[in-house]
Amino acid sequence: MNPGGLLAQAAPLDPGRHLILHPGAPQGSHIEWLYWLIFWILAVVYVLMIVAFTRAGARSRADFIQPLPVMKNEEGDRKARWAVGSAVAITVITLFVVLVLSVITGKQVAGLTSKNPVTIQIMGHQWWWEVTYPNPQADQTVITANEIHVPVCTPVVVLTNSSDVIHSFWAPSITGKRDLLPGYSSAFWFQVDQPGTYRGQCAEFCGLQHAHMGFSVIAEPVDQFQAWQQQQLKTAAEPSDDEASRGRAVFLTHACLMCHTIRGTDAGSRAGPDLTHIGSRRMLAAETLPNTRGALAGWILDPQRIKPGAEMPPNSLAPDDLQALITYLMSLQ
Amino acid sequence: MAVSEPIIANEKDLGDSELSRRLAHTWRQPTGIWGWLSNTHHTTIGLRFMVTAFIFLALGGVLAAIMRLQLVRPENSLIGPDLYNQIFTMHGSTMIFLFAVPMMFQGFGVYVVPLMCGARNIAFPRLNTFSYYLYLGGGLVLWGGFLTNTGPDVGWFAYVPLSGPQYSPGHRVDVWSQMITFTEVSALGVAVCLATTILRHRAPGMTLNRMPILLWEKLVLSMMVIFAMPAVMVASGLLLLDRLVGTHFFNPAEGGDVLLYQHLFWFFGHPEVYIIFLPGAAIVSTMVSCFSRRRIFGYTPIVVSVVATGFLGFGVWVHHMFATGLPQLSESFFTAASLMIVIPTAVQFFCWVATIWNGKLQMRLPMLWCFGFFFVFLIGGLSGVMLASVPVDTQVHDTYFIIAHFHYVLIGGALFPMFAGIYFWFPKMVGRMPDETLGKWHFWLFLIGFNATFFTMHFLGLRGMTRRVYTYLPDLHWHWLNVLASIGVVFMTAGLLVFLVNVMRCRRLGRVAGNNPWGDSGLEWGTSSPPPAYNFLHLPTVNGRDALWEALPDQPVVVGMRDDIRETLVTHSLDANPQHKDEDPGPSIWPFLAALAVSATFVGSIFTPWAVPIGAPPVIVTLVGWLWPRGHSPPLPGEKTWEH
Repeated sequence: MNPGGLLAQAAPLDPGRHLILHPGAPQGSHIEWLYWLIFWILAVVYVLMIVAFTRAGARSRADFIQPLPVMKNEEGDRKARWAVGSAVAITVITLFVVLVLSVITGKQVAGLTSKNPVTIQIMGHQWWWEVTYPNPQADQTVITANEIHVPVCTPVVVLTNSSDVIHSFWAPSITGKRDLLPGYSSAFWFQVDQPGTYRGQCAEFCGLQHAHMGFSVIAEPVDQFQAWQQQQLKTAAEPSDDEASRGRAVFLTHACLMCHTIRGTDAGSRAGPDLTHIGSRRMLAAETLPNTRGALAGWILDPQRIKPGAEMPPNSLAPDDLQALITYLMSLQ
Repeated sequence: MAVSEPIIANEKDLGDSELSRRLAHTWRQPTGIWGWLSNTHHTTIGLRFMVTAFIFLALGGVLAAIMRLQLVRPENSLIGPDLYNQIFTMHGSTMIFLFAVPMMFQGFGVYVVPLMCGARNIAFPRLNTFSYYLYLGGGLVLWGGFLTNTGPDVGWFAYVPLSGPQYSPGHRVDVWSQMITFTEVSALGVAVCLATTILRHRAPGMTLNRMPILLWEKLVLSMMVIFAMPAVMVASGLLLLDRLVGTHFFNPAEGGDVLLYQHLFWFFGHPEVYIIFLPGAAIVSTMVSCFSRRRIFGYTPIVVSVVATGFLGFGVWVHHMFATGLPQLSESFFTAASLMIVIPTAVQFFCWVATIWNGKLQMRLPMLWCFGFFFVFLIGGLSGVMLASVPVDTQVHDTYFIIAHFHYVLIGGALFPMFAGIYFWFPKMVGRMPDETLGKWHFWLFLIGFNATFFTMHFLGLRGMTRRVYTYLPDLHWHWLNVLASIGVVFMTAGLLVFLVNVMRCRRLGRVAGNNPWGDSGLEWGTSSPPPAYNFLHLPTVNGRDALWEALPDQPVVVGMRDDIRETLVTHSLDANPQHKDEDPGPSIWPFLAALAVSATFVGSIFTPWAVPIGAPPVIVTLVGWLWPRGHSPPLPGEKTWEH
């Protein structure tokens, strides 16, 4: 199966909102407001400057070739001193206004007032996102990948870290980006007010598959979010039919378990994304493919054609084994 | 050291034709391949810098065209991620390290500065020649690496830990780091030569406050290079140690620090932007004055602005790192600094408007390019004000909005003035005029193509397209904007081809220029076009800021300069009074051999540490040969000398 064909299947699926200028979150709206304000100030400045240059050129244009240079023009220079002096003063004031507005907006965006935020730990990997909802009780900790469910109208504190190189977490419709630096744990927060799917992408160059390192933030009402969380806490569902059982056996007897975890089975490696509830996800391979049987089959057989350089090796499976494996994985809701 | 005393006088003791014959004989450059490699005259080396940098511009442009071709449709499979990453890294590194600085700082500086100072040659001509060959060596190594699949693939900034030994095995990043060292040493060498030329070889009468703005800017720039380049050499040096010797400066697993690298890199990287932009601004100042037919308005504010930019340029680097999550207080500080640096640039813009307003504007070809600069650079400068704001920057950082911004700044601020400068000094360099019609075609094609490509990228950035992606998914609706951006490349390429045709045609067939075809005031126009090997028949003196415009009908010249040895005049750094005479070291093969030995050692050290001990003796030998005391020519009988 070729990657072009696989990706064409992705086309009808809504990738989620991915725009700086139509955010669905309060921080993004603050920034958008500041953006437009500075934009209009600068647009006026630009027009004024262009008018000044054009007027200056038009009024002083001389048709005869190389007149003798003017060495003294005291009247003109006196006026010009006033004009340049006032223009510099206006520039300084304008810049000061931009500075104050920027700092105020910066405080609004960075400051967190709520005392009951949801905390998420996001770990960057080449080239996917490990998402953990930490809880003091280990069995209440949710671990998933690439899809970040959050409740609406609730602040979300993100603890950042990276397992390898620098990545940058950015969902344009929510708020500005934040680098995930190996060796530095830092925190920032965001909040989404409108339910929906918001796309994000790694913004710091991180190697071969930087282009295919997407994620999505799924904002949903609090009760739905809690239901999702409860579902994610469960261990993997037992196979309900023979094919799924066979699929689980395929998973546990092939290379899959070298890297992936399915809680409730013997597969417990943390090198790749946790697959305990893979069937419930929208997308595969860090927002690269829709989570369909065909796409999953293509991904398992030859990830290197879809994401050349990705850490997952190609797998050769008998067609029956592959179908069983996919049935099993899709059943992991 | 015995030196003879120069005198300034009106009488000329020899007939001009006899004097020029003798000077031409004394200052002649050797011929043949050996002679070509030994040439140390600044006009030759300056032209070589410019031609070489232009070739790298063309190569970098080809890479850009390939990238635009790859991005013309989503999930394009023209080139894979591995090649794409090499190409965008090579594009950035080539344009910054092998084109922009060598062209704007070294090329124009080495060619124009000694002429503008009224000097016979650049100070330390052998160091200057050495710098050229080292730069050439660095460029050849980088491109040699790329063509043998060892091209760097971690971005022109090579952030750790991605560029560290764990995530970038092989020699790709080593080649990049060494190339940095090559080109920075080259820039440092030229900075020393230019600063010394400006401070010690100015024509008598050209006091500091009469120096043309271009010389002020080159002086500030040389100082910036001297302070900025060591930072990046430390960064790339520590990176090489991490990679080759197993140190852990940047390895977080062993307590190294990944942010330290970014601070070092951008402490160089932001001044670098001004090192590229200030030469452009200086060219514009020169041209605005010449083509408005009046002395520049606001000489002092402009000079103060250039100096202020030189200082402030070192205080804004953190705005490249707003997304790393620094404390808010320091972010606000760097926002304020980044906004403050707008002021000196604004002052220059206002002074240019005032100069044109009160002048008699001649819309000649170089001035057309200056108007292009005003309209284009201003967009980049203003979008830079947006980026100084932390909240806005965290949104558009590392998106195509940034690509649009800095291409407006760099192409607007360097390439447009560069074309203005090339057309302006073309008659001086080759003695013939460029074709204005072809030049206008070049201008409009380039302007249209440039805006089609890069204005579009603002919108791509606002739609969330991140930088350095080799492809994108179809459902993000970035497709048609990318098509438009790619179409612009066709126009820009056509413009560049017209430029090449213009240059190739007019260097043989153009109208003969004469000494001063534009009627400009700089001293470089006071000699023939192209200048002879001794630059000036009589070393000039200067009466005011606009040397040729303010020259008296019987302007005195420097006499007492010997014509049988390569004598240069050394003047006081402040008031440019003649102090003594020095002897130009003349052509030499040693700088070339030294550059060869140093290059071989640098390149070898990528592959084995033994290259250092093995490479050291040839380096020492060539340096000894270069610096071997040559003594001074004995004074003429009766010549007055000082001992000191």
